[in-house]
Amino acid sequence: MSTEKKNNDPAEPGGALKEAESRLHYAVRELSQSSWVITLLSVVVALVVGALLILATNPQVQSTMGYFFAQPGDFFLTSFEVIRDAYSALFRGAVYDWQAATPERSIRPITETLVNAVPLILAGLGIAIGFRSGMLNIGGQGQIILGATCAAFIGYAYQLPLGAHLLLALVGGALGGAIWGGIAGVLKAKTGANEVIVTIMLNNIALYLLAWLLRQQWFVQTGSNQPISAPVEDSARLFGLLGGGFRLHAGILLAIAATVFVWWLLERSTLGFEFRAIGENPEAARTAGVNVPKATALVLIIGGGLCGLGGAAHLLGTEYRLGAGIAGTLGFDAITVALLGRSKPLGTFLAGVLFGGLRAGGVLMQAQTGTPIDIVLVLQSVIVLLIAAPPLVRAIFFLPNPDGKPRSTGRRRLRNQQAAEAAEQPTPTQEVSK
Amino acid sequence: MSDQHTPEQATEVETTAVQAQPLQEAESRLQPIKWKFPITYALLALLSLSAFTFLSPTGAVTQFRLATASDFVTLPAVNIPSFAGALVLSLLQLGLAALAIYCAARRIKLGVWLPMLFGLFFVLAFLIYAGAGRGAFIPVVTLLAGALMLSVPLIFGAMCGLVGERSGIINIAIEGQLLAGAFLAAVAASFFTSAYVGLLAAPFAGAAVGGLLVWFAVKYHVNQIIVGVVLNVLVIGLTSFLYSTVLTQNSEMWNARQQLPRLPIPGLSQIPIIGPVLFNQTILVYLMYVIVFALHILVFKSRWGLRMRAVGEHPKAADTVGINVARTRIFNTVLAGGIAGLGGAYFTVGQGLAFGQEMSAGQGFIALAAMILGRWNPKGALLAALLFGFSSSVGQVLSTIGTPVPSEMLLMLPYVITIFAVAGFVGRVRPPAAEGVPYIK
Repeated sequence: MSTEKKNNDPAEPGGALKEAESRLHYAVRELSQSSWVITLLSVVVALVVGALLILATNPQVQSTMGYFFAQPGDFFLTSFEVIRDAYSALFRGAVYDWQAATPERSIRPITETLVNAVPLILAGLGIAIGFRSGMLNIGGQGQIILGATCAAFIGYAYQLPLGAHLLLALVGGALGGAIWGGIAGVLKAKTGANEVIVTIMLNNIALYLLAWLLRQQWFVQTGSNQPISAPVEDSARLFGLLGGGFRLHAGILLAIAATVFVWWLLERSTLGFEFRAIGENPEAARTAGVNVPKATALVLIIGGGLCGLGGAAHLLGTEYRLGAGIAGTLGFDAITVALLGRSKPLGTFLAGVLFGGLRAGGVLMQAQTGTPIDIVLVLQSVIVLLIAAPPLVRAIFFLPNPDGKPRSTGRRRLRNQQAAEAAEQPTPTQEVSK
Repeated sequence: MSDQHTPEQATEVETTAVQAQPLQEAESRLQPIKWKFPITYALLALLSLSAFTFLSPTGAVTQFRLATASDFVTLPAVNIPSFAGALVLSLLQLGLAALAIYCAARRIKLGVWLPMLFGLFFVLAFLIYAGAGRGAFIPVVTLLAGALMLSVPLIFGAMCGLVGERSGIINIAIEGQLLAGAFLAAVAASFFTSAYVGLLAAPFAGAAVGGLLVWFAVKYHVNQIIVGVVLNVLVIGLTSFLYSTVLTQNSEMWNARQQLPRLPIPGLSQIPIIGPVLFNQTILVYLMYVIVFALHILVFKSRWGLRMRAVGEHPKAADTVGINVARTRIFNTVLAGGIAGLGGAYFTVGQGLAFGQEMSAGQGFIALAAMILGRWNPKGALLAALLFGFSSSVGQVLSTIGTPVPSEMLLMLPYVITIFAVAGFVGRVRPPAAEGVPYIK
């Protein structure tokens, strides 16, 4: 990503260089800079990596490897079938199941995807606010745990009228997360404590706090020694949207509302402007009159609140009972969601849906083909690693670099340098979308 | 206490003598007295006095067992009257606190012995209180051995983080490196039916994760914290996937238990109490002693260490004098990954366990905390890791004999202490200046 200004204006059509360059080359280069293309290619690479893993561990494929040289066709056919089965199960579990008995069942997967996406989107938005403000909130896990814990306790310990109960439980969850994020925020604002370390520590503290609470009878209110709480009252549950055999609940509306809210906050409000300002350049923000400590604390409070809301929605919408594993890997998944969504509200929403889909599909894939759902973690992390390093993706697919230079390898780089020195021709530069 | 002046004070006095300035002016330029620690001591001593002493049931006895049956020297069990024991220890703490306050007021610097002694008294008072009238022995050797056991992966992890961060690469992936090391150690040991092969293989897994980290960080300038977090997810995914497929399909071949044998050091291992704890261990633990000692010397006294610190503090200056920043960072991060991989081997071959999903269970993050609490210093990181191991060990022992304090609170302790540390309570924690910053020429 070259940041130097080159003197050729890219907006000017028909520059000298563009004419010299073939149209196709130009189009490819344009394309290779689009973040959508990079994301798409990252997904492709991740699926290929996943396919290789599945092949390497599949016993059928291994047995055909035994007589590979006698009948190589067998190996390729089996491999193809194994991959096709696994990925078609992934798709059927996530989007549309064309093998299902009833039409209702065939559209159920997409609703399951959305169910999984709800906490991911909410928590992902919370993390994304932090990223946009230059703060790495690794504490999604702890904030989700606190959110779920508060929401659950309000959900089963109190008897309240229908609407108020749900509202109070959600607000309680958001507050729980906000407090947990706020600890890190206030410490960072007051003492400069590194938020990465503090949030990681708070994750573990939350884990033990939950374990301790689940052993307390006044807290779980079940009358048994099981480390699991009583179920939340019906009045505090997020109501189903489709009824019947569907689990899709009002949490998805909450997620959409939160996405719009975060968009408004970051793009349209003064506070969001301050957030982005301290993310870009805290010194400049301070000079411009932003109260940096206050904004710093608020970023983590609001981010924590959203993560807490994610935990609350997960509990009130799908789990109903609080257990030690309530957060699962949600907190870390939320980080990958925010990264994949490039910390933009809409991007985070879509990334949440994608990862929710992977998770929903992974369940069916595990059930039908025996491929462990852990492969989803591999896919997720490969995707995020690759989108963080666009040059790597371009290198994999032999796409041209954005600055128009050939990839810098040995002789080609030298030749290019010599040519550049000889011609001294300016190359057009494009804004690289991050 | 000696009337030693701090170095700053000594220079103050000298300049005063030479320039004949009024003493008040020199005094006024002194730092304000730091009351934080003396007050903390006093509060803790009062806590010990009020809670541990007066809440101990009267007439109760706390029993300590100082040796296990298999030890060379079998010491008799010690019975301590709870109230009197806790009272004496609390009064000793109060004395130390008073000394700290006195010395702070007179601006006398005290050595590191005071917090250590204070901590020892406090912990002993706590143990007396926790074990009072329970009818169960507090097994001191088991407690200490457990502390060392639980510290081993932490110490390896902290050393890994230290080498990485000193060269400017933040390593959040210690967790993943430990897990990868544990995985490869188990698989290699099982396949070759030799725990030592597993031990040899483990560093390569950690180094591979370290290599990925530094590749993305140095070549593509990706935010190192993000790469670290994602690598953790990747390693968890990969190992869990392989565990549920290959390792469970044929666990005899790929995931059979292998254990490194204990190698008691003749003589040393027969010292009462500390002998069986420190010197009746596997080669992995001895290796740990060597690594910590070597890093303690090398980081500050060798060319390698100097270059590492230069690259971590001021890469541009290092580059100017001809140090290859990228190569130094890559080499050190990969090396550090190897150290963490060794630590991971402790989970499987070190303890004679088969590999289990996510068996590192957040130890990598505690290792990170230990490194920070130890201020990027091998000795400090070692002590912090031992402290964390000890608090977990106390938590485990106490949860078996049943105590008034919930074990979760003790398990939380390392994290709470770390938050206090990074919030600046325990002095200023300053990371290497250029850590996390990609060096772009």
